Amino acid sequence: MTSVRALLALTATLALTAACSAVGESSSDESAKAGGEVVLVTHDSFSLPKPLLKQFETESGYDLVVRASGDGGTLTNKLVLTQGDPIGDVAFGVDNTFASRALDEDVFAPYDAALPAGAADYALPGDTDHRLTPIDVGNVCVNVDDTWFASHHLAPPRTLDDLADPTYRDLFVLPGAATSSTGMAFLLATVAAYGDAWPDYWTKLMANGAELTAGWTDAYEVDFTQGGGKGDRPIVLSYDSSPAFTVSKGAHESTTSALLDTCFQQVEYAGVLEGAANTKGAEAFVDFLLSDDVQAALPESMYVFPVADGVDLPSDWASYAKQPTEPYAVDPADVAAHRDEWLREWSDLTSR
Amino acid sequence: MLTLEHLSVAYDGTPAVVDVSLDLPDGEVLAVLGPSGCGKSTLLRAVAGLEPATAGRIRWDGADLAGVPTHKRGFALMFQDGQLFTHLSVARNVGYALRLRREPRIADRVEELLALVGLEGYAARLPGTLSGGERQRVALARALAVEPRLLLLDEPLSALDAGLRERLAGDLREILRAAGTTALMVTHDHEEAFTVADRLAVMQDGRVVQEGVIGDVWRAPADPDTALFLGYARVLRGTAAAAVLVASGLPAAPAVAVRRSALLVAVDGRLPGTVVSSRATPDQVRLVVDVDGVGKIDAVAALDVHPGPGERVRLTADPTRLAVIPSD
Amino acid sequence: MPVAVLGVFFVLPVSGMLARGFWPHGTFDPGGVLGVLARPRVHRVVWFTVWSASVATSVSVLLGLPAAHALHRLRFPGRTVVRAALLVPFVLPTVVVGVAFRELLGESGPLGFLGLDGSPVAIVAGLVFFNVAVVIRVVGTAWESLDPRPGEAAAALGASPAQVLRTVTLPALRPAIVSAATVVFLFCATAFGIVLTLGGLRYSSVETEIYLLTTNLLDLQAAAALSVLQLVAVTVLLAVAGRARAVPDPSVARTVARPRRPGRGDWPGLGATVALLAFVAAPLGTLVAGSLQIDGGWGLDNYRALTTNGTHQALLVPVTDALVTSLRTAVDATWMSLSLGMVVAVLVTRRSRTPAERRLRTGLDGFFMLPLGVSAVTLGFGFLITLNHPPVDFRDSPLLVPIAQALVALPLVVRTIVPVLAGVDDRQRQAAASLGAGPLRTMLTVDLPVVWKPLLAASGFAFAASLGEFGATSFLARDDHPTVPVVIFRLIGHPGPMNYGMALAASVVLAATTALVMLVVERLRVPSVGAF
Repeated sequence: MTSVRALLALTATLALTAACSAVGESSSDESAKAGGEVVLVTHDSFSLPKPLLKQFETESGYDLVVRASGDGGTLTNKLVLTQGDPIGDVAFGVDNTFASRALDEDVFAPYDAALPAGAADYALPGDTDHRLTPIDVGNVCVNVDDTWFASHHLAPPRTLDDLADPTYRDLFVLPGAATSSTGMAFLLATVAAYGDAWPDYWTKLMANGAELTAGWTDAYEVDFTQGGGKGDRPIVLSYDSSPAFTVSKGAHESTTSALLDTCFQQVEYAGVLEGAANTKGAEAFVDFLLSDDVQAALPESMYVFPVADGVDLPSDWASYAKQPTEPYAVDPADVAAHRDEWLREWSDLTSR
Repeated sequence: MLTLEHLSVAYDGTPAVVDVSLDLPDGEVLAVLGPSGCGKSTLLRAVAGLEPATAGRIRWDGADLAGVPTHKRGFALMFQDGQLFTHLSVARNVGYALRLRREPRIADRVEELLALVGLEGYAARLPGTLSGGERQRVALARALAVEPRLLLLDEPLSALDAGLRERLAGDLREILRAAGTTALMVTHDHEEAFTVADRLAVMQDGRVVQEGVIGDVWRAPADPDTALFLGYARVLRGTAAAAVLVASGLPAAPAVAVRRSALLVAVDGRLPGTVVSSRATPDQVRLVVDVDGVGKIDAVAALDVHPGPGERVRLTADPTRLAVIPSD
Repeated sequence: MPVAVLGVFFVLPVSGMLARGFWPHGTFDPGGVLGVLARPRVHRVVWFTVWSASVATSVSVLLGLPAAHALHRLRFPGRTVVRAALLVPFVLPTVVVGVAFRELLGESGPLGFLGLDGSPVAIVAGLVFFNVAVVIRVVGTAWESLDPRPGEAAAALGASPAQVLRTVTLPALRPAIVSAATVVFLFCATAFGIVLTLGGLRYSSVETEIYLLTTNLLDLQAAAALSVLQLVAVTVLLAVAGRARAVPDPSVARTVARPRRPGRGDWPGLGATVALLAFVAAPLGTLVAGSLQIDGGWGLDNYRALTTNGTHQALLVPVTDALVTSLRTAVDATWMSLSLGMVVAVLVTRRSRTPAERRLRTGLDGFFMLPLGVSAVTLGFGFLITLNHPPVDFRDSPLLVPIAQALVALPLVVRTIVPVLAGVDDRQRQAAASLGAGPLRTMLTVDLPVVWKPLLAASGFAFAASLGEFGATSFLARDDHPTVPVVIFRLIGHPGPMNYGMALAASVVLAATTALVMLVVERLRVPSVGAF
């Protein structure tokens, strides 16, 4: 009796295993394209509409394989560690705060793509032999909850200095620089704004009750008054595009706005990997990222602005997401040289 | 003095002990004898406070023990397999209760107790390295260390082999006497009960069917089943009983219980019969004899007389090895 | 075979990463690594790790013991459901739990008045939340099969219930408690998300430090130093635990006590259990409540949205697809960890002929616990740099995810099967052999009937563990086939009003799936499930 049941259970388990296992599945769902595979290595925020990716495959004749994990820093370090024997053909998502490290370690091969109008403005300074191609641009900016400030009859802050003003005591929440690329961007903004005096600014900021969280999610969704968790801090570090996501149904105004004088510009690059198995395919993908269709899809898919001029923005973006005209910037080579030092000093300042 | 008044205990809904009343005076050893499953262990656990009574009372010196938890009753319980704490040495096992009470001179007392049970020099051993008999001695020493008002023994010797059991039963009696301990022992082995106890209660199907001084019970079992359980070989009824009773010079009764050695081959015996089989043992010759008018019955003969099957013999009946049973 | 698998998928990647740290520029530089260990920051980090893990382990054990007693020795309605529910935190993604905790403890949360947000207390509470289930299961199952008679003997010798607990029950439970504490300590010491999220960045543990050093600063030398420290500490811990777990007289024959109805003396224990349940339920409650909230009202929209790609295409695939991927991956991870675990269990429990052989088997036992104590980041990066050459070219294999999960589930499986196999009297096998049964036949007739149920139960455990695994998976999962925890992480990390709600809804679905799997395991009633 027991053995019969055991046998039944065993059979059932085997059947289940056979039915559910992912092992038997072939890794690509369709028949292989003539041109072979092109493997994209990217971070976990990479996202483009499926039809668009299909379109790339049909037009170029390559099969696209996407390997996405970790954030921009993880991506860069992965590429550095596997330099010369890359885990793919083309990489997307290395930004201007990490680009120098990738260039120093010879991760990318030169590829001089034909840039659309306006894109050249975002080229990486010092990248003379065109190893990295700018694809999108976003700004890390302080955001404020306008409804909160209206109901408290208080004028929202405008500048970095304002954030350290006692008027705005205990109102600011931001992700930390050590654990969040958003937080790192803000640290760089203060470095750009205050130069060597940036530690003094941070001392004042922390003394004014700024709260640090591990990541953007925590800051925005838990502590920010307009986040999912309905927190209690009306000033948060986020993006220039964030106000486009706080427009309630039927309303004609966003409940939040970005402070355009507090922004740090992040440019994301794509590049052909040194030692890629499919260089032609990699180059085709870089071109594809620069195409009008992809550039137009970037805002909705990845919450960033296209580098190309004259691309139609989604209506919410056109109305509510304003880009700063003169964001802060730090020379990538400086970032590469001082990242460790700055982070260490920052950690000492903020861990009371 | 322990008093049970109409005690009933149910185990998982089925009654295990039914309406039991017993007295156990101080300093005496009472054995509860019965077959497996008769409820005697449940009775013991109820006295220990490990099972709640469903009806009746358990009293000590008149005070009701209901609601008094096990550890406050002052009764020590010794399990069938000792239940030594395997993670503690022999000395720490024996001294367990003493340490609980933070008594002084624990080491000396442990040594005395180990000497009492004949285990000098075993203090540092772990229970895992002991033989079955040694474990039981340690368990006994551990229980005695408490100087319990009442010692509860659950089949203390039945896990041991026959020779050891006999020897240890004698030791146990002496140790209990020496310590003056009041004890309640349950067992299914009548010889063990006999060797150790002063009083005997026979249990069947949850009820005490007979209780009294051990010799009295033994000499006069209340019914045939009790007689068989007390080690009588057969119970004869009717004419067979009458024949044997007449031969032994006892008054007439409806039934008589016969021990194996009650009928002896003798030239002047009053019961004639034919030998069916015979077997020599070191002490005597054991026979089965078909006694005229009685039927097949066990008998013994001295070693120098060795009748073979088919031989006619005469038997005498020893009245001290017969028990008259008043009811059938 | 299992040694080879662990060698390829664990030893090789980890040593690959360590080598990068020890040979920073192609030359051997152990001094640099040692220099890292002298940094004051490293001392602070190590101290905090040891402190938080020790405190969290002690609290988990203290809270877990009464609950283990209540849930495994007492009988009351809903016991199985509570037991299954208590395992849910074990598989929830830390991101989600971190957010749920902060919603409770944050300045505006219902418990905000306690001022615990960002304090070490919050970190410890988070760690306990995740790990108390381990204590309850491991100790509870041991307690369930504990012979009640020594306790009764002690009571009859005058020991009060507290004294019985201290002098008899706890020593008998020591192997289980030590096992549980070891595993909990390992989980706590390598906790990552909880320390980051709840510590408000003021605290770093060895694990978060390795993450930061590897993914952000690319300071492999320092990362290697900390990894070596971690490995050494884990090895020492496992050795000590192995010694403490050994009992002088492992008696197999036992009378198993039936669970009884709670009595008067059980109220403190039951009270503690209820408090623990409340503690576990509170963050889960905020999760469920959050998942049902739509624009200030209530509704199921977040759940309906699970079949879409999220607002603004946040996802490449709908959550429902991810659930299918998760389930498939979990099936693979399960059979892998089961077959490996079975072999390991057989190896470890076979009778040793020499002391050296016994030591080898014990060592092997500990060896398979190691993956619990090594940073997922080290392992993930190690995969990339070592598994790229034939014959071990697995870097791109879709099997990497289930393999990594199987490695995490392996200790759970081994710990479930070993006690049962060890309980099989070797003489039964000898009897079968003497009656003419070959080794295979012996296994089928003696071992399998005993082991098949724990095997099924272990599969449930491995399945659930794989469903919730995030650390290694996030590193290895392919974007076109993400698992649910990866999707949740993605949803919660992106702006958009529905995404947050969907992430919570997906977490609830994951939790429900896990609870369901665990309920099925409970139905199998195997005493040693999860007894590490």
